[in-house]
Order: sequence, then C-alpha cells, then structure tokens
Amino acid sequence: MASVEFANVRKSFGTHPVIKGVDIEIADGEFVILVGPSGCGKSTLLRMLAGLENISAGEIRIGGQVVNGLAPKERDIAMVFQNYALYPHMTVADNMAFSLTLKGAAKAEIDKRVKPAAEILGLTHLLDRFPRQLSGGQRQRVAMGRAIVRDPQVFLFDEPLSNLDAKLRVAMRAEIKELHQRLKTTTVYVTHDQIEAMTMADKIVVMHDGIVEQIGAPLELYDQPANLFVASFIGSPAMNMIKGRLDPNDALKFVTEKGVVLPVAKAPESARGRALIYGLRPEHMTIAEGGIPANVVVIEPTGSETQMIMRIGGDDITGVFHQRVNARPGETVGLSIHAEATYLFDAESGKRLV
Amino acid sequence: MTATTKPSSALGALTRNNTFLGFLFLLPAAVFLLCFLTYPLGLGVWLGFTDAKIGRDGIFIGLENYQALASDSVFWMAVYNTVLYTFIASVLKFALGLWLALILNENLPFKSFFRAIILLPWVVPTVLSALAFWWIYDAQFSIISWSLIKLGLIDTPINFLGDPNNARASVIAANVWRGIPFVAISLLAGLQTIPQSLHEAASLDGATGWQRFRFITLPMLTPIIAVVMTFSVLFTFTDFQLIYVLTKGGPVNATHLMATLSFQRGIPGGQLGEGAAIAVAMIPFLLASILFSFFGLQRRKWQQGGQD
Repeated sequence: MASVEFANVRKSFGTHPVIKGVDIEIADGEFVILVGPSGCGKSTLLRMLAGLENISAGEIRIGGQVVNGLAPKERDIAMVFQNYALYPHMTVADNMAFSLTLKGAAKAEIDKRVKPAAEILGLTHLLDRFPRQLSGGQRQRVAMGRAIVRDPQVFLFDEPLSNLDAKLRVAMRAEIKELHQRLKTTTVYVTHDQIEAMTMADKIVVMHDGIVEQIGAPLELYDQPANLFVASFIGSPAMNMIKGRLDPNDALKFVTEKGVVLPVAKAPESARGRALIYGLRPEHMTIAEGGIPANVVVIEPTGSETQMIMRIGGDDITGVFHQRVNARPGETVGLSIHAEATYLFDAESGKRLV
Repeated sequence: MTATTKPSSALGALTRNNTFLGFLFLLPAAVFLLCFLTYPLGLGVWLGFTDAKIGRDGIFIGLENYQALASDSVFWMAVYNTVLYTFIASVLKFALGLWLALILNENLPFKSFFRAIILLPWVVPTVLSALAFWWIYDAQFSIISWSLIKLGLIDTPINFLGDPNNARASVIAANVWRGIPFVAISLLAGLQTIPQSLHEAASLDGATGWQRFRFITLPMLTPIIAVVMTFSVLFTFTDFQLIYVLTKGGPVNATHLMATLSFQRGIPGGQLGEGAAIAVAMIPFLLASILFSFFGLQRRKWQQGGQD
C-alpha cells in the first residue's frame, strides 16, 4: 500500500495536449475515483500511472518514489481493464497465478495466494474453467482476483463495470467497495458514471478537457460544486440551469431572461449586475398552492418518486418529488423553491458565487 | 395451407421444402467440383493402376506400378527430396515469417508500405521469380558469386545448380523466399487479433518481452499457425514450378520432387500410368500432414465454450 501523487502532470499526443497540468494527492488506503465525460483524459491519466503511457511533463510518485522512468512491471500496481483482459488460453486459476508463475513461485506458494483470493470473490468452484466459459460478472471477478493475488501497492480500475448490465453493475459496485474496505489497498478508479463515483469513492476527482475541475468527497461535490461543469455533471437528474440576473432593486430576487422571478437566499455583492446562471437541483422544490406557476410537460412516475419536466416562462426545468403527483401534462402546478438550496454561477467564468 | 391445394402447386410445396432447396442451391457447386476435382482425381487414381501410355489406353495391372516404384531408387530419391525440401523450407518459412510478422506488427514508419511490399514475392508469378532465381544462380553470371568474388571471399563462382547439395539448398532458398509472404501476412493478421490489453495486462503482471511472446503471443497464435503451416506444407510438398524452371529435377535427379518426377515420367516420358502412381503416392503424406495439424494443433480447449 502506498500514497500516490500527481504533480503538474501533462501529456500530449503529438502536438495535441490531452492532460494539461494535473495535481492530485491520494492518501494511503484511499479509494479515489476519476470521473468525467468521454475524452476528458481520465483513462489516459490512469494509464500514465500504470506506466502504459509515458509522461510528457510533471511527476507521478507512488509511495513517495518518482515512477516516471519505471516500466509497468516495476511499479508494483495491478490493473483491472474495461474488457477484463483475461488470458483466454489460461484457466481462471492460471490467470490469477500468472504474475506468480512469471516470478517462478513454487506451486504451494501459488496455491496459498490464489485460494484465499478465489474464496473472497466466490470463484473457488470456477478455478478450472476458461474465461470463455464464464459470465460477464464472473470474468470481472477473475480480473479482480488477478489483481488481489498480486497484493500490489495500488489497484487501478479502468471503467470496470461498463460492460456489465445495469443490475450486475449495482451488485459489483457494492462488491468492489466491500473489497476495498477489507483490503484497504489504495485504489484509483476511472469511470464516466457519476453514480458509480458518488456511491463508491472516498474522494472524487472531476475531470474535464484535460484539467481537474474539482476534488472532494462525494457529498462535498454535490453540495458545493466549484463551477457549472461540476454542478451539471454530479447529480441525477442533472441540476437545472436558468439564465438571468438579480433584480437591481431586490437582490434576493432572481429574474430569468423570460421575466420569471425566482427566490435567492443570499446575494453577494459580486453577483449583482452581471449575467448569472441560477442552479436548482430537481429535488429542491415542492408542489404548493400559490407557488411559481409551472406548466407540466412530461410526468414520469417511478414509484418511489415522480419526475416531472415543467416549463417556467419558457425555461424547461426538471423536478423530482417524493410525494405522489396527480398533475397531468398541460396542467399548471404551483412550485415552491427551497431558496436556501439554490446556487448562483457567473455565466461567463462558470464559477459558483453562492 | 388448406386441403384445397391444387396439384399444380406441387412445385410450390417443393420450393418451400428446405432440404430440397438446399440441395438445389448446392447443385451448381457440386457439379463443378465433380467435373473438375473429383473426376480428375479419380482418373489419376485409376491411371495409377493401369499401364496406360500416351496414345494408348492402358489395362488394369493392379499394384504393378507401385511394386516397380518400390524398387526404383530415383523414386525414393524424389521422396527423400520432397520430405527434406518440405521440412527445411517449412521450418525456415515459419521462423522467418513469424519474425517478419512480429516486426511488421510494431509501429514502424511507412508501415502499410512495408506490408504491401512484403507481399511482392507472393504476387509475382512463380515462373517469373523462378527465372530471376535462375539468373541469380547462374553458374557464370550469378550476382551472388560476383559479389562474393568482388568482396574477396571466394575465388571461383559457386556452382549453385550443378552440385546436388548446392542445388537442393538453392531451390529451398528460392521456395522460402517465395513462401514467406504468405506466412508473414497470415500471422500478422493473427497477431492483430490479439488484444493490446492482454499485452498491457501481462506487462503489469511483470512479464518481460520474451515472456509476453512465450505466454501470450505464441499460445494465442497457435490456431492460426496450425492453419497457415498446414497450407504452407501442402503448397511446398506439391511444389512443381520452381523446380521445373530452375533445375528440371537435375543434376542427376538430385532435386526431383515427387511432383516433378511424376510429370516427367508421365508426360515427356509417356508413362502415364507410372506418373499417376507417383502422384497418388503423395496422397498419404498430404493426408498425414492435414490430420497432424487438425488433431495436433488446431483444437484447443480454451477456444471452445460459449462467448457472450
């Protein structure tokens, strides 16, 4: 186990920069998730940590040691690939033991390491099978078993769940988290799925376009997004974003471009007189008599909650309600917005002001 | 369908019958194969049991041709040559072809250009390349001899095709040159089906370059190696053109292969029956090599089972 540090790390493919100066500190034993949309550089960053891509500038340190010049096999890390990368011509047991076999470990030693790992993952009865004979979830577990047997300094996961179906994904999510709690090995995990990030991470690194947008605990990112990108990326359904300005006469009123007035809890001096974006999470509103009139466009009951897309003076907003809603499309409902839970962003820089 | 179906729709019923339709669609290919493969093959086997000569139908003489061949030292020389030729050429083609494929699989500059140029020996008509080799191996004007003399390594030109062992080595070299592209390009295609992530996983697992080749590349390439080398062995075993242009089986039958000997006895020599018998004698060797690759190499347990 070891800490991991990225210090001003950069990477270009030819003249095209993909990682534009990234600083991340990962403590020993932490579970860190790199999350961002496709092409944001998160997988490249992980592959640089693994040694599969070289580093154009900056330093990567594992356990305090600079690893820029080290080959992958000298870094003592294990990686779980998106397509699992199991050796198709080896049995599950041989797959898991491959790193030990390469080192020339004795049969007894291999058994001693493979058996407990197989036990943890429930693979004991599959040890003689070939990867082709396994289901997607089982292959995923074998890939993890191969990493566990290594007992490495750091685990790397590259979108490990994206080839699984929705139900299995939820199950494996819990399994990976439990595994980490048991082994306490430093883990770096890459995903584009913000729900995976929110549910599993100790710390989330939100990346976008080769830079780090924000680093923090899941709920920290959810409650205090640094900017528009993080605010829109974290949370599902996504935060509603409405363009407008503060009322020059009453700073606790936000006026949309269409002239609708929305409540604001506090308005710093910096927010006044400039183009703003009003951020409102779908769950921070309730239906109330005499609220802001909203025209129902689509209503999607899911049982535990109801999602509604509504139009307020030309802006579409999404709401999530935990009570049952009887409205029908075309009707008008009154919306009460929880002013203390709203955000204001600078429309130009995207920075959060409130 | 109802009970009132008219008899005239019998044809319609027939075309809805999958077995009949399948047979119908198979017919053109089957007729073609029967006329151009099965018939000549059958005729060849039959001729081997007769004493047919050119211009005279033979009569059935049982195994007499084969008995004659069994005590014919030239025939046994041809068998020895064929086996030697096939074995050495195939081993060399495999080793060099695999090496070339591994190089071409790396990220080289002008990669596609090199891949295209590699195919050249394969696309040039055999007779044409054989003629080129004929010049290269010429007793007086050989460019190899000339170069070595100019370099001061030898004093007199090498007698490439005049000395039995030199001649064997020379035709094998020409065959290897011609056969490498097929092996290299096929194995290259095989190499490209191996996912990059397997190599990455192996290098993270601590494998050196040699270990990656030994434990990942080679086992995953085995099925393709089996197919490619079976074809290569069959092509080499039945080779005719190269030998016929370069040496015509000489000097003193030293480079006669079974195919060239069969032709020489059968057509210029006029002994159709004997020539056919020599050709038929190749069949057991060919079958053996096919069965060896089929049972020995091609089937692997890890390739079986479902894939989702």
